[in-house]
Parts: sequence; C-alpha cells; structure tokens
Amino acid sequence: MNLVLMVWRQENARAQGHMQRIEAKDVSPDMSFLEMLDVVNEGLTEAGQSPIAFDHDCREGICGSCGVVINGVPHGPQPGTTTCQLHMRHFRDGQVIVIEPFRARAFPVIRDLMVDRSAFDRVIAAGGFITSPTGSAPDGNAMLVSKHAADTAMEAAACIGCGACVAACPNASAMLFVGAKVSHLGLLPQGQPERWSRVHAMVAAMDAEGFGGCTNFLECAAVCPKNVSSDFIGRLNRDLIGAVFLARPRVASNDAG
Amino acid sequence: MFGLIPFFRSTIGKKVLMAVSGFFLFAFCVEHVTGALLFLRGPDAINGYGRLLHYSAALIWFFRAGLLTSAVVHVTFATLLYFQEFGARPVGYQNRRYLRSSYAARTMKYSGPFLLGFVIFHLAHLTWGYNVVPGPFIEGDIYANMLNGFRTGWVALVYLGAVSLLGLHLLHGAHSMFESLGLRHRRIESLLFGFARVATVVISVGLALAPAAVFFRIIGG
Ligand code: HEM
Ligand code: SF4
Ligand code: FES
Repeated sequence: MNLVLMVWRQENARAQGHMQRIEAKDVSPDMSFLEMLDVVNEGLTEAGQSPIAFDHDCREGICGSCGVVINGVPHGPQPGTTTCQLHMRHFRDGQVIVIEPFRARAFPVIRDLMVDRSAFDRVIAAGGFITSPTGSAPDGNAMLVSKHAADTAMEAAACIGCGACVAACPNASAMLFVGAKVSHLGLLPQGQPERWSRVHAMVAAMDAEGFGGCTNFLECAAVCPKNVSSDFIGRLNRDLIGAVFLARPRVASNDAG
Repeated sequence: MFGLIPFFRSTIGKKVLMAVSGFFLFAFCVEHVTGALLFLRGPDAINGYGRLLHYSAALIWFFRAGLLTSAVVHVTFATLLYFQEFGARPVGYQNRRYLRSSYAARTMKYSGPFLLGFVIFHLAHLTWGYNVVPGPFIEGDIYANMLNGFRTGWVALVYLGAVSLLGLHLLHGAHSMFESLGLRHRRIESLLFGFARVATVVISVGLALAPAAVFFRIIGG
C-alpha cells in the first residue's frame, strides 16, 4: 500500500516546527507503524535528508517509550494498542496519515516526534519509598491481599507511563497516570504506611510540572493502550480528599525526618 | 503535608471547590423551577411565593449570601483553572479527534460566561427592576413583571436561549460535580449520567415554560 504522511518536523527543542509531506511507498500491511517509519527513514537517509526522530524501545507494548498522535488520536485508531503494536493493516491504501508529537507543556518536544517525558519520572520519584521488611523472604500468605485488591492493583500497575492520557486530554491533565500510580500502591497492604503522604507528594509534583486539571472528559481512558480505567481518577480524588479532611497523616514524609 | 490552603491551590482542590459551589448553584436551579412553574398558575400563586420568600429578611439574606459566595467561588476557580489548562498545552494539534468527551463538556468554558451574563441581566430585570426591558417595573408584582418582560419577543428569546445554555452546562455539570468529589466508578457511571440527563430536562424545560407560554401568547393573550 502507498500512504501520504504529514509529519511534524522540528530540528530541536527551540526550533520552529512545521508539517512535512512524505510519501511512503510499498508499505506492507503486516508492518507495525514503527517499522513503516523505519522504512520511510531509510528512504530519507538515502536521499540525504534527516530521518524522522521518534521514541521507541521494546516494540512489544510494555516499555511506554513509543507514542505519537496519529490522525488526532494518541497511539492511533486501534483501542488498547501502543504505537509499536499498531499494524498498517488498520490503514487504507492511499490514506493521508497525520503524525504529531504528544503535546503538553510538561512534555516539551526534543526533536520531531520525540518528547521529553521526564515530568512523569519526577512524579513517580515524588511518590517515594514503601516500608517493607528486608532480609529473608517473607512467609507465603503472611500478608493477606484480597483477590479484588490484587486484581485492581494489577490493573493500575499495568500503566506503562507512555503519556497518551496527557496527550489526549483537552486540558493536558495527568490525572489518569497519577491515579494509576497512586492506586497501585494504595490498594496493597505494603503501600499503606505512606499512603496519605504519597498522594500529597504526587499531586504536588503533578501540579508543579504544569499539567492541567481534570474536567471529566474521559479522553484519557479512551486512548490508554493498557485500558487503565478512569475509576482510578475517582480513587485519586478520594485519596487526596480523604488525606486532607479525614486521615490528616501523622506518618513521616518521604524526605529525611 | 497538605494543609487546607495548599489543597485548594492544587488542581484537585480547585475542582472540589467548583463542584461544591456548582452543587449549590444546581440546587438553587431546582428550587427556581418551582417558582417559575407557579407563574403558570397565575398571579396569586407566584406573588404569594414571592412574599413567602421574603417572609424573613434574615433567612432570605442567608440564602442570598450563600448563593453569591457560591457564584463568586465558582467563577473565580473556573477562571483560574481555565488559565492553567490554557497554559498546559501551548502548542495545539493540527488534527484532533475526540473519542469520549461530550459537546457539553467541551463547551463548559463558553456556556459558563454566557450564564454569568444572563444571571446579571435576569437580576437587573426581575430583582433590581432596572429598565433593561421595555415597560414598567412594579415592585412586588412578580407576575406582572414577568408577563411584561416576556411580551417583548427578544426578551423571551434571551430567556429561552439562556435556559438552553443552562441545560448544556448542566448536562455535563450535574454528573461532573459528583465525579470531581471522587464519586467515579464504572458501577455508578450510568446512574450519574442518567441523573444529569433527567435533572437537565426538568430544569431547562421547567424554566422555559413561563417565557415560552408568553412568547406563544398562551398566557397573557
Ligand atoms: C446558573 C449558574 C451555574 C450553575 C448551576 C453551574 C453549575 C456547574 C456545575 C454543577 C459544574 C460541575 C462542577 C465540576 O465539574 O466539578 C460546573 C462546572 C463548570 N462551570 Fe458552572 N455553573 C453555573 C455558572 C457558571 C458560570 C457563570 C461560569 C463561568 C464564568 C461557569 C463555568 C464553569 C466551568 C468552566 C465549569 C467546568 C469546570 C471544570 O470542569 O473544570 N459556570 N458548573
Ligand atoms: S494511564 Fe495509560 S495512557 Fe496514561 S501513561 Fe499510563 S498507560 Fe499511558
Ligand atoms: S516501544 Fe515499548 S511500548 Fe512501544
């Protein structure tokens, strides 16, 4: 199949970007989206032009590095799928495909389709440690976790930190990501001692990075490649409200002392 | 640690304030429908209702103070959040597709300011009695003032337009306010959406009946 790509090209973080029209010829429907870009890049390199910069690592949908906005939808038209796992058979011959980077103040463009998502790393770091005994392996079943809590925590932990939720949100809000990170520890017994200080710290870090607020649009959950549920946004709200008005934590904060 | 002030500075805390103030404004709309419907029952019903509201000066000023506070909080934090959200994506998309969000949700920031403008017009018309519409204003005769106003075509149309915008605002607002307070779960989602739809229809149709009845000359010939 032959495609027409409209790709965002930007030399570096400070340069003025623009859309470039690139023809992609003889694309196999079995290729993944990133493989298609690889082939296009070979052609660009041979023609003496600079290849399209994009992020990728595992190419099996687990690392969260890849991610571009394809025809207006982060990770493209296939629900529950990362860009690396998206196949060209979902596109039509002759189709125009518009490819843009994730857009948010907190995710500045580094080059072309690559953005700097270290804001997410700082939010996670703000979450701090959990208190857990070290040393010999704990006895099996010494700490009971209900099936429901285990399943829900696993659902939250499926978040790969790709940032598509931010890219899709009209407000560039990170509530789904932060909700998932706060919940997967907050649901488990090991996460209880720092539960309330963690939600404070992560929300403060989220706000400091300049993400927008949640207006309950739910675009985030619709594009999440791991189908992380918007229920975790509700949990994040409840945990923060609970921490401020009910729990008023007395545990140590995550910095020394 | 978050104290109360940092909490209300956080995006989540600001939304909590919008939700609580929005809830009070919403509750007032429900109460306001009863008043507006009494217009259909004639002068005695609605003027009597007006006297009932003014029965105790302390009580009515208590409610007025509550409403004014809610309105100020709602508008202030809507504006703060709007600027924050505006700054959160300095470079927009060339091509954008929405999958889940409703038209009502995406237009909250436009329907809101229009409502603010209308509320001021509405107070000027029927509470303060400024001459914003043709015809005289008679202190205490709510029925006559409404009839007088709505007899002018553009006034009735402004009211009908405003209650439609209110409906649009509440179609999203009446479930969003619960979600902002953390009441979000797949098990109650359809319940909240259903509540918002029913409340929106009751409020906007209820408020539209009086101006519509006069506009179409069903009342007041
Ligand atoms: C009749 C008056 C009004 C009523 C009954 C009302 C009601 C509500 C409710 C219940 C919400 C949901 C709160 C939430 O999402 O948590 C809301 C949201 C909102 N309101 Fe109002 N409102 C009114 C007037 C206004 C005015 C005058 C403005 C603007 C100047 C405004 C701007 C907004 C905005 C922007 C939102 C969305 C906030 C967000 O989701 O981030 N509203 N409103
Ligand atoms: S919640 Fe989903 S969309 Fe957001 S970062 Fe995690 S995996 Fe990506
Ligand atoms: S490259 Fe790892 S998730 Fe796509």
